Amino acid sequence: MTAPEPPLAILAELTHRCPLQCPYCSNPVELERARGELDTETWCRVIREAAELGALQIHISGGEPTARKDLEEIVAAASQAGLYSNLITSAVLLTEARVVALAEAGLDHVQISFQDSKAAGADRIAGYKGGHEKKLEAARWVRRAELPLTLNLVVHRQNLDHLQELFDMAVAMDAHRIEIAHVQYYGWAYENRAALLPSRAQLDRATEVVEAMREKLKGRMAIDYVVPDYYARRPKACMGGWARRFLNISPAGKVLPCHAAETITGMAFDSVLERPLADIWRNSEAFERFRGTDWMPEPCRSCERKEIDWGGCRCQAFAITGEAANTDPACELSPHHQVLLDLAGAESGTATPDFVYRNYRNIPEAPKSATPVVTDRTPAE
Amino acid sequence: MSGAVTITADSVPRLPRGVKLQFDKTRDNWVMQAPERLFVPDPIALEVIKRCDGTANVAAIIDDLARTFNAERAVIERDVSALLQDLANKGVMTA
Repeated sequence: MTAPEPPLAILAELTHRCPLQCPYCSNPVELERARGELDTETWCRVIREAAELGALQIHISGGEPTARKDLEEIVAAASQAGLYSNLITSAVLLTEARVVALAEAGLDHVQISFQDSKAAGADRIAGYKGGHEKKLEAARWVRRAELPLTLNLVVHRQNLDHLQELFDMAVAMDAHRIEIAHVQYYGWAYENRAALLPSRAQLDRATEVVEAMREKLKGRMAIDYVVPDYYARRPKACMGGWARRFLNISPAGKVLPCHAAETITGMAFDSVLERPLADIWRNSEAFERFRGTDWMPEPCRSCERKEIDWGGCRCQAFAITGEAANTDPACELSPHHQVLLDLAGAESGTATPDFVYRNYRNIPEAPKSATPVVTDRTPAE
Repeated sequence: MSGAVTITADSVPRLPRGVKLQFDKTRDNWVMQAPERLFVPDPIALEVIKRCDGTANVAAIIDDLARTFNAERAVIERDVSALLQDLANKGVMTA
């Protein structure tokens, strides 16, 4: 086998600490505590190793990355290494002085998450009172520092009907880009799927809004919107293919092919504390496991799209079918496709239960995301 | 955003904050990076973008390119104007 292409970007999850408690958080349900986090020096070394390996971008995320007091140092290290830096933040811990300091350290772009268009709904979804107003203020600081701003929206049953207002909000705050992502159903979101899955009618209306806004904001705002998996016919090229373009570093230093990879139980991931990053990227078992097309079962193996979608999402395949090597059930050719459709149909039709908020208190005893849906849906239910 | 940018001969084009042109030594090519976007400019686009330094106006950039590549100014003018407007529409060029 030839040496793999170098990664394009690294996703640095500096911490799992976060003042927000969004019930669809993509962090693993077993959150890392502060004492387990990598120190400043190690992050700076890893950033240099990533640039040396060929990465061009760093996405600095969490948890809430601004919960780290050394964020400016980490941004400066990325800038010195020549990486394009992107801060993905809830913004509720920011001050204007800190935004200025981050800009001076070389930060290139800021993404601020918004949970809804109005404070009452947004604060309820995030489980953080006063958060929405703080975010609006932080967005003004970001623009005042002349940093480009993206509005990051995770959409679901409880905010999807407000998409037009969210676009209006993005225009009002002079955002350069809006990113609309449907909840991905593993980890915390899987726990909360009955409260989050939108109806088909909601999705159709949202698609109409996005199409109208694409026309209206052409040349003024970049819009990224992806149709959710359960209403797609073919899977997305998750992460651009396993171990092809991205690597994710967890707060404790584990190197993952995607930020949700730890939801796949039974896989071992190497740490930057034990092995050079380049060696992990090129040779580690976890990265080699689903890299390329050799691992694929049918119907992927003989599919003409195998180098387009790379078999879709391994985490979703595991969550829905119990086997990470199966074809992503988002694909209509997957023998498990109907299970995904039934799940979306059944859950989106139910009454909306309360959220299980993402916090240290609510960490389940055993990771429930590892329970395959197939066995979850026994006749007894 | 504050509105679409129109590029004219008098415009002084530059990369907006958050857009960077850099040489990628690993892949041996130039890349232009913007928020969640990465472009690999072709050799002609690269010559144009490199000259968008926030001091030269479009007319001067065209003159320079016509001189450097010993090409007909009208042809260069047409190509450069179209390219810069296209980049502006993508939000990766301003003036």
